[in-house]
Amino acid sequence: MALSGEQSEAEVLLELKDIDMRFGKVNALAGVSLKIRKGEIHSVIGPNGAGKTVMMNCINGLYRPQKGDVFFKGQRINHLRPYQRAGLGMARTFQKVEVFGGMTVLDNIRLGRHVHFKSGVLSGAWYMGKTKREEIEHRQFIEEEIIDLLEIEQIRNKPVGMLPYGLQKRVELGRALALEPDLLILDEPLAGLNLEEVEDMARFILDINEEERWRVTCLLVEHDMGVVMDLSDRIFVLNFGNMIMDGTPEEVQNNPEVIKAYLGEEELYATRG
Amino acid sequence: MQHVDSRGSNRFEVTEDLTIPKLFYQKAVQYGESRVAMREKEFGIWRPISWHDYFENVKYIALGLVSLGLKDGDKVSMIGDNRPEGLWAEMAALCAGGVGVWLFQDCLIEEVRYIVDHSDTRFLFGEGQEEVDKALSIFDECPKLEKIIWDDPKGMRNYHQDCLISLRELQDLGRDLDKRQPHLFEELVQKGHGDEVALLFYTSGTTSLPKGALLSHNNMLTMGKHLMDVDPCESSDDYVSYLPFAWIGEQMMSISCGLQVGYTINFPEEPETAQENIREIGPHVMFAPPRMYEQMTRSVQVKYLDATWIKRKFYEFSHAVGYRVADMKFAKQKVPWHWKLLEWLAYISVQKKLKDHLGLSRVRNAYTGGAAMGPDHFRFFHSMGVNLKQIYGQTEVAGISVVHRSGDIKFDTVGKPIPGTEIKITAEGEIITRSSSVFLGYYKNPEATKKALRDGWLHSDDKGFIDDDGHLVVFDRTKDVFTLNDGSLFSPQYLETRLKFSPYIKDAWVIGHQKPYITAVMCIDYAVVGKWADEKKLNYTGYPELSQMAEVYDLVETQIRKANEDLPEAARVHKFTNLYKELDPDDDELTRTRKLRRAFVEKRYKEILDALYADVDTVHIDTTITYEDGRVSKINTDLCIRKVVD
Repeated sequence: MALSGEQSEAEVLLELKDIDMRFGKVNALAGVSLKIRKGEIHSVIGPNGAGKTVMMNCINGLYRPQKGDVFFKGQRINHLRPYQRAGLGMARTFQKVEVFGGMTVLDNIRLGRHVHFKSGVLSGAWYMGKTKREEIEHRQFIEEEIIDLLEIEQIRNKPVGMLPYGLQKRVELGRALALEPDLLILDEPLAGLNLEEVEDMARFILDINEEERWRVTCLLVEHDMGVVMDLSDRIFVLNFGNMIMDGTPEEVQNNPEVIKAYLGEEELYATRG
Repeated sequence: MQHVDSRGSNRFEVTEDLTIPKLFYQKAVQYGESRVAMREKEFGIWRPISWHDYFENVKYIALGLVSLGLKDGDKVSMIGDNRPEGLWAEMAALCAGGVGVWLFQDCLIEEVRYIVDHSDTRFLFGEGQEEVDKALSIFDECPKLEKIIWDDPKGMRNYHQDCLISLRELQDLGRDLDKRQPHLFEELVQKGHGDEVALLFYTSGTTSLPKGALLSHNNMLTMGKHLMDVDPCESSDDYVSYLPFAWIGEQMMSISCGLQVGYTINFPEEPETAQENIREIGPHVMFAPPRMYEQMTRSVQVKYLDATWIKRKFYEFSHAVGYRVADMKFAKQKVPWHWKLLEWLAYISVQKKLKDHLGLSRVRNAYTGGAAMGPDHFRFFHSMGVNLKQIYGQTEVAGISVVHRSGDIKFDTVGKPIPGTEIKITAEGEIITRSSSVFLGYYKNPEATKKALRDGWLHSDDKGFIDDDGHLVVFDRTKDVFTLNDGSLFSPQYLETRLKFSPYIKDAWVIGHQKPYITAVMCIDYAVVGKWADEKKLNYTGYPELSQMAEVYDLVETQIRKANEDLPEAARVHKFTNLYKELDPDDDELTRTRKLRRAFVEKRYKEILDALYADVDTVHIDTTITYEDGRVSKINTDLCIRKVVD
């Protein structure tokens, strides 16, 4: 795939090189390579079972691919565990929300902040001096940056399990943001949301990507073509473990192979609403 | 009776020369850093703003407007949620010699265009992206509009139009001007006169296009003084400002009363958190339209239905005692000692907590007005020991003209005129008012002005009478009074508020003017009925389906039968149908203050109306719904018509 000069020069944040991932005889990913550059929204699309979530799991370390390398910020991270990768600045949300239902919204988000805490267990047990100061600083970050951004003031003290699905998804996004990641992997953030919630979520993704404060690079897995075409800088098309193409939304829309493999009928292009 | 004159605590005088900016200046100098003028909950914490900060912000916004070219009498519009910046903008506009115009934050684009254009607005304050979008979309159609000012930067990163300016940039312009002319602000403030126009207020209009009422500084200030004469507030009081500034009641509390008393105005974090924030603050005074109190009643009723047996029994006990004691007080009887003891028990066991949850723990005076409120709701609050009072007023008297006095409350009246106000009933039964707060006239509408203002008397178009105790009783709008088939007069709002006392009913529209019998179109409360249906294991996909279920019709019928009890035969609801949607201001069915626009709904739902008086079981509906962002969707459904069996 020919890349435009400007984009190829931008710093590569994440790189997959020739990844193979097999489950028994099923070849979930076959020789997949991908480069994500700093500051872009890069989407991965493909039909159900194409291997999108497997690919995300390989990136954040839930799966170890049999072949190939994963580079993050120029560093080979094949051997790192998920929490170590999170420490490097990689956060994700899940296709099916994975929040702590019994905890409040605030506690869920605080949990995402945990990697940045420096004070130890003992100091935490006494909750004096350094720990206290540290917590106040983090509190400010959570309240001023995340809760305000995601507009969830009215539910900050509610247990997450009692909230509607759309809000749970927001909380999960909030928790991922609390990490202050450089790369945010969003696995179907819009699935199961109603039209209004989709619009809100799309706005949040743009805010996170574009606002000077955040500038988070996003890797987006999504089925909603309207949103994918609107938001993405580049789109990576996957089919049965094989890459079909990687290009701009325009190139993807006009590629006959993509249309045949995934997009199929033209109506699928139609944006929602 | 609490008469201020005897206490002498309200020595404030409104001279002819006094303006809102002058009073603001006085208070800011008087209190400075030492007092909290307002508080806003931001990022989860209540942040105080002293009078000094308030003053500085207003000063630089005002000077900023002047450097943008604001001249005396220029209109400055404001739209957005209740927040300090909104009040600063209004005060700044007044200080700079401008006239303030407020728009409801949920106004549709068409309404914004009409008001901005009609008022000749030159500067528009919007809160953030949403308001800026609205303003930009009408910018080309409103040639007089020059600048749009915003204060919330969220989502504004890609807006670079020349007509936009941020509040901060505006204040910087003001600071520059202040350096060049350090006395300009004080000169501007001292220049005004009480008779000059301060606000241009668009009435919600149940019948036609909104009309712009011109209110002078003197109108606003005397109104506030007269209310404070009746029910004085202390400067240490707290008030929560969460109702739209475009509603005159909110202006009355935040500006007319707030400024002269100097109490702290608290702004909730978000509109959605208002109820929670009210509880945190525990205001001393409250003024809200009936729907807010109806909502509180409903939430108590729903929680009661959900509670455990023992909690329900305690509630029933305190409820019974509360009602009994309240009734004695209404009848001005002495409460015997054993009832006082029971009342104390009821307070300790239930009411204290209940009031705390509703944010009513510290309320000295709670007012309701703007629409009719049923006696059931009224008694409910008094049974909890909340001193709820009816008021009567309108935009054209800058707020209110009649209010209940403490200890002299009758729930079918709206009380007695406030000092300085004369109320008379014309031969036709119309209520007319004369006071120093009566407005100057309608903007660009001499015809309407002539109709409303005759010989200094404000004609309200409301019908009513003064009872033996000197209390004013208000019927509905003249054209909203029904003549029943037996020839008697009847107020549909009375029946509607009765119906709305049921937690399951959100809205009701009663029909029956010159008809053989009374019918009603009901809107169920989606959350409450939805929960009820969940418990009954009924499946439904949304409001339209839920509202048409036979079980829900049974439920609504039971509620109607309760409301029908002890009403004369001719005034009972005989037939009803459940509407497939809630009534909504966006569809023009309600005004922005949620009053039913009867003429409009009669036209819009003509099929339903006809079907209610025909011998049919269902009516077919084919219509469209408008969303706030202008999108429309089609509805195609059948509504059931149900007879109420006694």
